[in-house]
Amino acid sequence: MAPHEALGARAAAVSAQGWGWRHGGRRTPAVHDLDLEIAPGERVLLLGASGSGKSTLLHGMAGVLGGDDEGDATGRLLIDGRPAAATRGRSGLVLQDPDAQVVMARVGDDVAFGLENLGIPREEIWPRVDAALDAVGLDLPRDHSTAELSGGQRQRLALAGVLAMRPGLILLDEPTANLDPAGVLEVRDAVARVAEESGATFVVIEHRVSTWLPLVDRVIVLGTGGALIADGAPGDVLDARAAELRAAGVWLPSEVPWHAPAPGAASRHPLLTADRLDVARVPGVPVLRGVDVQVDGGGILAVTGPNGVGKSTLALTLAGLLRPEGGRLIAGPELAKGAHGEPWRWRSRELLTRIGTVFQSPEHQFLAGSVRAELEVGPRALKLPAAEVDARTEALLHSLRLDRLEGVNPFTLSGGEKRRLSVATALATRPRMLVLDEPTFGQDANTWRELARLIVALRDDGVGVVAVTHDEAFVDAVADRRLELHRPAGDERVAPAGTASGEARR
Amino acid sequence: MSIASVRPGLPLAAVNPVAKVAATVPLSIVLVLTLDPVSAAVAIACELLVFALVGLGPLVWSPRTLPIWIAAPLTGLSMVLYGAPSGETYWQFGVIHVTEGSLLIGLATMTRVIAIALPAVVLFLTIDPTDLADGLAQTLHLPSRFVLGALAGLRLVGSSVDDWRTLRLARRARGVADHGIVRRGLGQAFALLVLAIRRGSTLATAMEARGFGAPVDRTWARTARFGAVEWSVIAVGCLVAAIAATAAILAGTWNVVWAA
Repeated sequence: MAPHEALGARAAAVSAQGWGWRHGGRRTPAVHDLDLEIAPGERVLLLGASGSGKSTLLHGMAGVLGGDDEGDATGRLLIDGRPAAATRGRSGLVLQDPDAQVVMARVGDDVAFGLENLGIPREEIWPRVDAALDAVGLDLPRDHSTAELSGGQRQRLALAGVLAMRPGLILLDEPTANLDPAGVLEVRDAVARVAEESGATFVVIEHRVSTWLPLVDRVIVLGTGGALIADGAPGDVLDARAAELRAAGVWLPSEVPWHAPAPGAASRHPLLTADRLDVARVPGVPVLRGVDVQVDGGGILAVTGPNGVGKSTLALTLAGLLRPEGGRLIAGPELAKGAHGEPWRWRSRELLTRIGTVFQSPEHQFLAGSVRAELEVGPRALKLPAAEVDARTEALLHSLRLDRLEGVNPFTLSGGEKRRLSVATALATRPRMLVLDEPTFGQDANTWRELARLIVALRDDGVGVVAVTHDEAFVDAVADRRLELHRPAGDERVAPAGTASGEARR
Repeated sequence: MSIASVRPGLPLAAVNPVAKVAATVPLSIVLVLTLDPVSAAVAIACELLVFALVGLGPLVWSPRTLPIWIAAPLTGLSMVLYGAPSGETYWQFGVIHVTEGSLLIGLATMTRVIAIALPAVVLFLTIDPTDLADGLAQTLHLPSRFVLGALAGLRLVGSSVDDWRTLRLARRARGVADHGIVRRGLGQAFALLVLAIRRGSTLATAMEARGFGAPVDRTWARTARFGAVEWSVIAVGCLVAAIAATAAILAGTWNVVWAA
C-alpha cells in the first residue's frame, strides 16, 4: 500500500460480531446475527436481493444508522476495533441518488464540507480539496456551481468529498444505479483510481456485477435478514453460487435475464405520428427540435440518447402531458377514439383510456394511501361500476405480485415494488398506448424480467409502447425499434436535434 | 433555480452579507420612527444615488424590484382611502374618507415602503447564500448546525420547483386533473412536502456521513472578513439615515409616530 501524499490514510478493518439491526417500527430485524471480517485494503462487492439488509450493513459501517430512537442494535460492528458510530471520519459513504447528496452550492465548498466538520485547519483544507478533485478527475474551478453538474459528475463530487477526509474505509451504496452508461464508467474509473492511490478498504453495493468485477477481490452475498450466503473470491462465488445469485436478482456478468419472443403475426398499426415536433418542458425553451417518429400499436419503441438531450420531455409530449412547441402530433382514429385535436388538448380523463404514462420516479404519481386505493384511482375517475373496479384491481394485484401489499402505503414500498405499482396504475384503465420513462432504471434482475415480460405481453395485446431508456439490455432484448437522439455537435443545449430512427439490433 | 446560485458577479457581492444587512437597519429605524413624506423621499433619492455610484443602478430598474413598485402604491392607496381623516375632505363614500391628512399619510406610507424595501431587495440580490451562512456563523457566531442545515435545505428549493411541475403532469396522467383545482392543489402540496422530506432525510444522512455534527470544533474553509469595506458599507447606511432624518427635521415634517 502506497498512500498518495495528500489522500492516503491507514486502511481500516471491519469486524461484525453477532451484529444485527432492527429499524424502529419494524418487527423483524434488517440484519440478524452477522459475523464478518474485512481486512484492511480489501475491496469487497456486497450482493443480495432487495430486503437482504445490505444497505443497512453499509450504513452501519458508516455509522449513520442513528441512535436508540431510530432502531435497535445487537452485537458489535467495529471499525479498527472501535464502534462504527464513534469513528466519524474513518469511513466515507457515497449514496445512490446524485441529487440528494450535494451539500453546498460550489464544487470546492462541497468537498471542503467534510474537512470543516472534522476540524481540519483552513490552510490544510484547500490542498486536500484540490487533490481530491484531481483524484476523481473533476477538472473544474473550485467556484463552479454544483447545480450545473451531470449525474456522473455529482457522484464523482460526492466521492471527492469522501476522499478528502482521508477515510480508511470507502462505502458505496449503488453509486451508479441512477447514471447513464457514460456516467457509470466515469464513476467506476474514478473509484478505481481512488482505491489505487489511497489504498483504502472499500465496500460497494451494486446489482450490475460486471461494472465492478474488475475492481474487487472479494464478493460477499447476503440472504434474507443479512444471512451470509457466500463469501470468497469473485470468480469462485459467481460460478458456484450462480443459481442463488440469479434468484436473488443479481445481474450476473454478460447475462440478460430474459429475451422477448419476436412479435407475433398480429399486424402493427399506427397510433400516433409526430411530424417535425419541437418539445419543451418549460414553454418557450425548446430542448429538442424536429422529431419525426411514429408510435405503432403492437410495437415497442425505445428512445435512447445521452442525458439532457430531451428524451423525457419528448416522452411527456408524446404522452399528451406537455404542449408541443412546434410541429404536429397527430393521433390516429384508433387512438383518439373521438377525442378532438392533439393529445395535449384532451381532458385528463380522456387520456386514461388512450395514453398511460409511467414516470421515471414512481413517487411523483402516487396519490393514495394504500396500494389498493392507488390502483382504484384511474378506474374510479372513469366512473366504472364498482364490480369492474374491483375486478381490475384484483387482477392487477395478483399479476404484479402486489396482493400481499394491498394495504401498504405506496411510499413505504421497496424500489422494485414501487416500479411495479406505478406500471400497474397505468394499466388499470387499459390505455391503447403506454409511455414509460426509464422503466428498468436501478432495478434488480428479477424486477427487470417481470417488467420486460409485462411490456411484451402488452405489445402482443396490440398496445403501443414507448420506453425512454439507457438500458442497452432492454433495447436489445425487448424493443422492436429504436429512436436515438443525438446532441447536435457544437451546441450543447438547444439546436435542431439530429434524430435517427432505425431497427433495434435484435 | 437562482435561489442557491453561485456568487452573483455584481458589485458588493464580495462584501460580508452581515454588513449589507446591518447597513439597512439605521434607515429602517428612522423611517419607522417618523411618518412623513420628506424623510422617505430624501432616503429614496440617496439610495438611487448610492446604487448608481456603486454600479447597482441597473438592478434597481430590473424586474426583480417590480413587486416593490406594485406593492408600494397599493399600500399608499389603502392609507388614502382608510387612513385617519383630518383636514379638508375631498371625497367620502361609506367608511372611505379621502382627506388632506389621509392623502399625506398615503404618500408618506408609499415612499416609506419603497425606501425600506428597495435597499433590502437590491442588496439581497447581491448576496450568495453560502456567503450569508459564513457571515452568520463566523461574524455573528450563530450555531453552525442551524446555519448550515438551513443552507443545505435551501438547495432543495430548486428541486422542489421541478417536483411541482412533474407532480402536475403526473396528476393529469392519472386522470384527476379535470376538476377541483383547490383540492388538487392541496393534495399536490402535500405530495411535494412528502418528497421534500424524503430528499431532506437523504441529504441529512449524506451530511452526517461526512462528519456533520461531530463533537469537534468545526473549522471554516472560507473566511468571512469584516474589515474596512464592511465598516464603510455600514457607515454609508448610517449616513443615508442621518441625511433623511436631518432633512425631515429641517423641513419641519419630522413627527414621531406615537407623539402625533
